[in-house]
Amino acid sequence: MIAEIGLAALWLAAALAALQLLAGFAGARAADGKAELAALARPAATLQAVLCAVAFLALLYVFAITDLSVRLVAVNSHSMKPFIFKLSGAWGNHEGSMLLWVTVMAMAGGLIALIERRLPERTMMATLCAQAFVGLGFYAFLLLSSNPFERLAEVPAEGNGLNPLLQDIGLAFHPPTLYIGYVGLSVAFSFAVAALLTRNVTPEFARVMRPWVLGAWIFLTIGITAGSYWAYYELGWGGWWFWDPVENASLMPWLAATALLHSVSVLAARDALRTWTIMLGVIAFSMSMLGTFLVRSGILTSVHAFAVDPERGSFILALLALYIGGALVIFALRAHTISEGERFNLVSREGALVVNNIGLSAILGIVLLGTLYPLLTEAFDVRVSVGPPYFNPVSAIFFLPMMVVLMVGPLLRWRRDEFSRIIKPVALVAAIVITVLIRVAIVNDISILSMLGLAFAAGLAVASFAPLFKRALHRTPLAIWGMCIAHFGIAVALFGMAADTAFQQERLVATSVGDVVEVGPWTGRLDSVKAVAGPNWTAMQANMLLSYNGGPELEAHPQSRNFWTPQMETSEVALLTRWNGQLYVAVGNQAEDGRWQLRLWWKPFVTFIWYGGLLIALGGGLALVGRVVGDLRRRRQAAEGFDDEDLDDASETVPTA
Amino acid sequence: MRQLRITLWIIVVLAAGLFGLFAYQLTQPKDDSVRSAMIGEPLPQFDLEPAFEGRPGLASTDFANGEPQLLNLFGSWCIPCRVEAPQLEALERAGATIHAIALRDQPQDVARFLEIYGNPFTRIGRDDISEIQFALGASGVPETFVIDGSGRIAYQHIGVITERDVPILLQELQRAGSGS
Amino acid sequence: MNRLGRYLSSMVLAIAVLAMPVTLIAQSTMPPAPYAYTQLDDPQQEAVARELMETLRCLQCQSQSIADSDAPVAGDMRHQVRVRIAAGEHPDEVRAYLISRYGDYISYDPQISTTTWPLFAVPVVLLLLAGLVMWRRLGRKGEAAT
Repeated sequence: MIAEIGLAALWLAAALAALQLLAGFAGARAADGKAELAALARPAATLQAVLCAVAFLALLYVFAITDLSVRLVAVNSHSMKPFIFKLSGAWGNHEGSMLLWVTVMAMAGGLIALIERRLPERTMMATLCAQAFVGLGFYAFLLLSSNPFERLAEVPAEGNGLNPLLQDIGLAFHPPTLYIGYVGLSVAFSFAVAALLTRNVTPEFARVMRPWVLGAWIFLTIGITAGSYWAYYELGWGGWWFWDPVENASLMPWLAATALLHSVSVLAARDALRTWTIMLGVIAFSMSMLGTFLVRSGILTSVHAFAVDPERGSFILALLALYIGGALVIFALRAHTISEGERFNLVSREGALVVNNIGLSAILGIVLLGTLYPLLTEAFDVRVSVGPPYFNPVSAIFFLPMMVVLMVGPLLRWRRDEFSRIIKPVALVAAIVITVLIRVAIVNDISILSMLGLAFAAGLAVASFAPLFKRALHRTPLAIWGMCIAHFGIAVALFGMAADTAFQQERLVATSVGDVVEVGPWTGRLDSVKAVAGPNWTAMQANMLLSYNGGPELEAHPQSRNFWTPQMETSEVALLTRWNGQLYVAVGNQAEDGRWQLRLWWKPFVTFIWYGGLLIALGGGLALVGRVVGDLRRRRQAAEGFDDEDLDDASETVPTA
Repeated sequence: MRQLRITLWIIVVLAAGLFGLFAYQLTQPKDDSVRSAMIGEPLPQFDLEPAFEGRPGLASTDFANGEPQLLNLFGSWCIPCRVEAPQLEALERAGATIHAIALRDQPQDVARFLEIYGNPFTRIGRDDISEIQFALGASGVPETFVIDGSGRIAYQHIGVITERDVPILLQELQRAGSGS
Repeated sequence: MNRLGRYLSSMVLAIAVLAMPVTLIAQSTMPPAPYAYTQLDDPQQEAVARELMETLRCLQCQSQSIADSDAPVAGDMRHQVRVRIAAGEHPDEVRAYLISRYGDYISYDPQISTTTWPLFAVPVVLLLLAGLVMWRRLGRKGEAAT
């Protein structure tokens, strides 16, 4: 019964989306955005959010009680599974994750309909229309080819279980995080298309779109950070980024969103980069769709591809071509109607942000090329592989100049500035970079990229807080704090990557109980190996005692796990975390002579990679709060009769004021 | 402005091309096997110990005897290898000489495997560390090569030999015999 | 346990509709090759080997380098790499050997060739384009704004 309620709610929501499409269209056609039908657009969007929430709750419910008469539950769940993984099983599969996507999208649409009143009504109606158009495609996909509530004629005695790799708290929340990011970009896309169609690319439009971009970007950042950490501890070999197609699929929307975030700020503050911002809005969502397509269709081979199906791939491809192809064509037809906007000097905040945008776009282009190139050659029956040795240096060509600009840019004034004004902080940062570079080059024999990474990380760490210099800190807008912290996060993450790459130490050994093992500053021994059991697995667990530089002995318990539904072996690594790095221990198989295969890595500062990612997200969060609070304040002031629209952004104009 | 429009149309065309590529690839059967780059090349040099007592070991020199022959890579631990056993026997009955390399395999396991699933092999060498597999450019087991009479690799069959593959392999053998 | 097993079972998961859990590939009882899980004694050589292994693609795990895979075939390939490096071969020779057996697929480090030149041409074009855009948008506009 519950499943049928969910399905009914979904069909109703789809019908409402159709209504919203028509109503929004009628509104966008009318000169003032007001048509009889148009009044229905907002309620339709709001009600859709409620219905989708009902559908999603229904799915959670059937998973929670393991209702095996529902096909999806029988295929993906098991009555013996821990409760939290029963719930996460609801979206740990294709149908459920698409329902999650649609639900988040409906919620976002409902929210816009409910609270957004700043845009001209016509643009607003066009936005809701575009949102409904995108939504309808996904409803169709869900209802026609991936019904999550399908019943089975014969109820099986037990479910199939969930892929053990997905039975992990980090991964349980990783896909939803990315999806929220993707959906946020779909909202930005709807805004961009609406602004394009109604010829309303204004700073006000940018301010309306910005929180959605920021929000999406925060979730993407968290998603990628979490995904990287998951790969790190779950795959058992200590790698944290493989330039794997699925990883790239999540990186590309992030790169586009990062560029969009910065260009939308320029548009909001200075009314410049109009065309470019719209273009990025389209590209950011394209990359989300493309990512979903690549992951779901199984068109590229990847270790992360858990749910592949070529037929569904065709459906997503059709949607991709419809939305993105359509948007690009509209854009090409309409772009000339948007004027370029305000002008600015090369040495200015806008100039720096343009460099940032170009760099990010170029890296995006390279990642896209490297990811899809094997697919292209395969069409000609040639198989090539593109991996880290290509992506690392080639993206560095654009990344390193961006780092230089990132250190200087936030210090510059809008519109026009002189280098001589900021020569002191620039000289200080340059001195730091060069000192670190020389020191590292003399002391260590490490690769040039790691060296540059360390030096730029040090410089950026200092430079990221330079905009706060001489400011009254308690009066500094939250958005500025957010920017500084996010930029500092980049420095932290970069430092972690460079340090781990340069100074990681590896030890592979076959040990008997009692043997001593050394890796980097750590000394340890294998104390015992015993069999342990969990709810749906058994494992061989190695008990190790390890000490850092002769300090107290710490315990580590890496396991080699055997799951039985479905049958699979996984490696549960043990991590000993210190402030200055992580010891990574994995246990492998037992050799014929009775010795155990141990793999140990001492990874200096590796945790900084994910701390950095979290700092970036935190910075985004602060900026989001700052912007939303600023918007609310402005709205209140407008209601009281003030007319100071640029209050918030104007405060950025003169950083040292 | 005109330049902008041209750029945008170029992007539209690129996107369309990309969608076309995706559509094409979706219709193609997904073939994840890695093909050998050694087709047409002479067999790499090797001289392998017998994989079990029942058959002599295998050396690359066993192939250059003027007759085209088959070289099968298998392992007793490999389930698909059991599936293709009847087809190998059919090939042998049709007159093909089949040599084999047992990959990462223990003699007693090989003996038991051949006892259960039949032994159509003339010679069986053992490769405990996949060295010859790499030298051949083979992606795994089971895999079957057609070697012509001069010791050149003429054809590679990846994966299980199904009943449909038997005539294909016989034909390739014949072609290797007449071609050289 | 190995990546292939995971890969296969994820495929199985995706394809299977209520099929009983499929028994996965049986494992060889043969112990891994000597240098599959053992480092070379010379740390310099091991570092060279390690760097090379990170750029070689595992044959069965599809999207992983042989340096981070548990698949037996990856272990055997690590053995090959370590043995050849220990024997004094240059990493480029080892890579070239494997490419001569498996084609460009085996190497994650594409070399400029008739099939891969766009991979290198496009970044150069992007670089030129970036320079052009900056020169046109900023150089000229800058003057206009002054």
